[in-house]
Amino acid sequence: MSDNTADPRLIGARVAPKRSLRFSWSDPLFRSIVWQIVIVGVVVSIAWYLIHNTNENLTARRIATGFGFLDRVAGIPIGESMIDYNPAEHSYGRALLIGVLNTLKVAVIGVVLATILGTLIGIGRLSKNWLVAQLTAFYVETIRDIPLLLQLLFWYTVLQGLPTARQAWDRNVNGSVFLSNRGIKVPLLVWEPVHGWALLAFTAGLFGTWLWSRRSRRIQAETGARPATWPVALGLLIVPPVVVWLALGAPFQIDYPALRGFNFQGGGTVSPEYFALLLGLVIYTAGYIAEIVRSGIQAVPNGQWEAARALGLRHGAILRQVVLPQALRVVIPPMTSQYLNLTKNSSLAVAIGYQDIVSIANTTLNQTGQAIEGIAVIMAVYLTISLSISLFMNWYNAHIALVER
Amino acid sequence: MSTTLSNPSSTQAQSAPPPFTTRAGAWLKANLFNSWLSTATTLALLYVIVRSLLAFVDWAFIHAVWSVPYSAQGIADTTVCHNVKGDGACWAIIADKYRLILFGRFPYDEQWRPAIVVFLFIGLYVCSAIRKFWGKGIATKPIILVAVMAALATLVDDALFLLIDIVASLVGRPYTQPPAVLSAVLGYIDLTGRYVFMVATTIIWPMVGVWVITLAAIGVLMSGGVFGLSAVPVDYWGGLPITLILATFGIAIAFPLSILIALGRRSTKMPAVKMLCVLYVELIRGVPLISVLFMASVMFPLFMPPGINVDKLLRAQIAVILFAAAYLAEVVRGGLQALPKGQTEAADALGLAYWQKTGLIILPQALRLVIPPLVNTFIGFFKDTSLVLIIGLFDLLTMGKIALSDPPWQAFSTEVYITLAIIYIMFCYAMSRYSRGLERELNSTQQR
Repeated sequence: MSDNTADPRLIGARVAPKRSLRFSWSDPLFRSIVWQIVIVGVVVSIAWYLIHNTNENLTARRIATGFGFLDRVAGIPIGESMIDYNPAEHSYGRALLIGVLNTLKVAVIGVVLATILGTLIGIGRLSKNWLVAQLTAFYVETIRDIPLLLQLLFWYTVLQGLPTARQAWDRNVNGSVFLSNRGIKVPLLVWEPVHGWALLAFTAGLFGTWLWSRRSRRIQAETGARPATWPVALGLLIVPPVVVWLALGAPFQIDYPALRGFNFQGGGTVSPEYFALLLGLVIYTAGYIAEIVRSGIQAVPNGQWEAARALGLRHGAILRQVVLPQALRVVIPPMTSQYLNLTKNSSLAVAIGYQDIVSIANTTLNQTGQAIEGIAVIMAVYLTISLSISLFMNWYNAHIALVER
Repeated sequence: MSTTLSNPSSTQAQSAPPPFTTRAGAWLKANLFNSWLSTATTLALLYVIVRSLLAFVDWAFIHAVWSVPYSAQGIADTTVCHNVKGDGACWAIIADKYRLILFGRFPYDEQWRPAIVVFLFIGLYVCSAIRKFWGKGIATKPIILVAVMAALATLVDDALFLLIDIVASLVGRPYTQPPAVLSAVLGYIDLTGRYVFMVATTIIWPMVGVWVITLAAIGVLMSGGVFGLSAVPVDYWGGLPITLILATFGIAIAFPLSILIALGRRSTKMPAVKMLCVLYVELIRGVPLISVLFMASVMFPLFMPPGINVDKLLRAQIAVILFAAAYLAEVVRGGLQALPKGQTEAADALGLAYWQKTGLIILPQALRLVIPPLVNTFIGFFKDTSLVLIIGLFDLLTMGKIALSDPPWQAFSTEVYITLAIIYIMFCYAMSRYSRGLERELNSTQQR
């Protein structure tokens, strides 16, 4: 009896028998195989033709292929680098590495700042205050309709129109931050190993805070009452670094920028190229992020607000615990592509003279004539960065995704 | 008794009437002076807006310089502008350079041609935006047959030329012309095929016809050499037409390509094709446009057989097409995925073949779903054409920079950048408004 009532899908006889391939145009399988062979064949032969031509051209121009040039002395002057570099002794490989680091420097800080600015503007667009809503809408509309390159050129000219170093110095003798056409000069802490240890202690405190918040969350789940987190967090974050710093002699010396001749000496610098690029990227991308944030918040149904209000939650708590977690789900995928766009758009640095990977690879390519290798390096770097960002954001997306049955 | 039992809310309303009784007053109260925080924000913002607007008007209009005297050699004397710099704009640079910025180095007396081209492009966009024109014209079997035959003849013909080319380069001989007779016959077939194809498609799909004919007219106007127009080499093209050519041709060619790629990526029966499409899309989307443009400008000459030179504009155009195709393919794929599976199954149940199913059932619905993101992608590529500045092509932005390199005018970049921004904003804003209107219209038809 039970056999008759079984799910028909489970009965082997009902499954279509596996057919063998017929060599006839009326067999879909045969057709698809033929088409695939044809298409792949065409692609492969085009690729082969291009490679053949390239080889011939390279032999004709006497260009040797390969990445051997990476070890040669670069001789590219690089204005700003995060690692030690001397054009007379260091190699092309190191110059390219500096390019990658410079790209990452602008991309990471740009992503953080653009997210903050974009979120503020996105919330501003939903403001009950008409003026705020209109102003932010105007910002979004205008900024998104002007090419980024034009904006970058504009910001760069604005920064170059700033007073010269000497004028900046004369106007703010008592100040310690200088805005001139050589960039922004800020006082900098003289770095000692002690500060490194203090930073390590701070990291340990951060880890401790994380453990503590996990513990209090568990206690909340069990008992319903959440033990206060912030005093412990404050203690863990402030006490160990300060103790380490004091125990090791508390060195504290600040290097102030000072005028020597026509330029500043000492202190930290934000170069005008870097600043223009960062400003342009952040302002441009924030326009897109604002739209994503706005649509994300709007995507949360009104009923969620009403239900939370009915439970007696306050406005801030509703936003943090009910609306934002749901909005985040809608927001993450488009946000990922904006982060990727910002990173890729940082390649426009080459137009305003910030030495990112594209700029340095381009100089390398012009000096050595290794066109293919240079472009391969650029593409490999961006592919790696893009894939890493997508992997991370996919992991985060899966982490916060709605768990259904 | 009755007075004490009256509705409490009504007594409250009587004792405290609303402070604003007019509609405008109520609106102001609700939208600008809602709470003390809102009031403070409004006042602070109003102050900042009024101050900056006044400063801008002062700079852009009141203290602005609109024209400058010229020396006997025709060199501009910009002392007036330098004197007001910082306080007033120098719009004289625009008056002096607008022809250079808009039309580049196109021969001065012939610049009516790129001007017409710009209007043709705008007309083309407006025509394409009117949904009444989207429909089908007359499509009878004989006309379709003629169109297909003509297209095939042209394609076979082009393929023959290419084959001769490839064989010549593989054998190692430099590029040579095929025999005169063959060349003449092929050329004749080519030309007739093109004309027949154009006429036939115009009858079948008026929109496609309008595009083909307008683009052909634009090509003739720009390059000349026929109908008594003097020939102008590509090197002299520049300004707005280059921007419009790169954007329009880029999207017009990339769009059909992207549909094929999206279909390939969705294919379940052809894993090899699917893999190729995935590889292509992910590779292109993972790298910046700059690197593809560099590839086009630096590596493309290496790809070609020796002796064949592809000009810079075409190389950049190919790069833009390859790049746009990958992005558009993802948008189209989104539409394909959003379509309920029942549509495919119903088409299968009716016994339709793959291309019938795709062309008649799937694509019309899927593309309709993604029109708004498609327009957004178009806007993106319109802006991205400005990147050709980096590989030294004379588009609108590059011409602006070149105008600024003239010594007397070097200091007045803000004025030029603002003008360029306004041109870009006009095009992009029109497109985005259109996209939003269309979205609303399409949504309203779907509401039940």
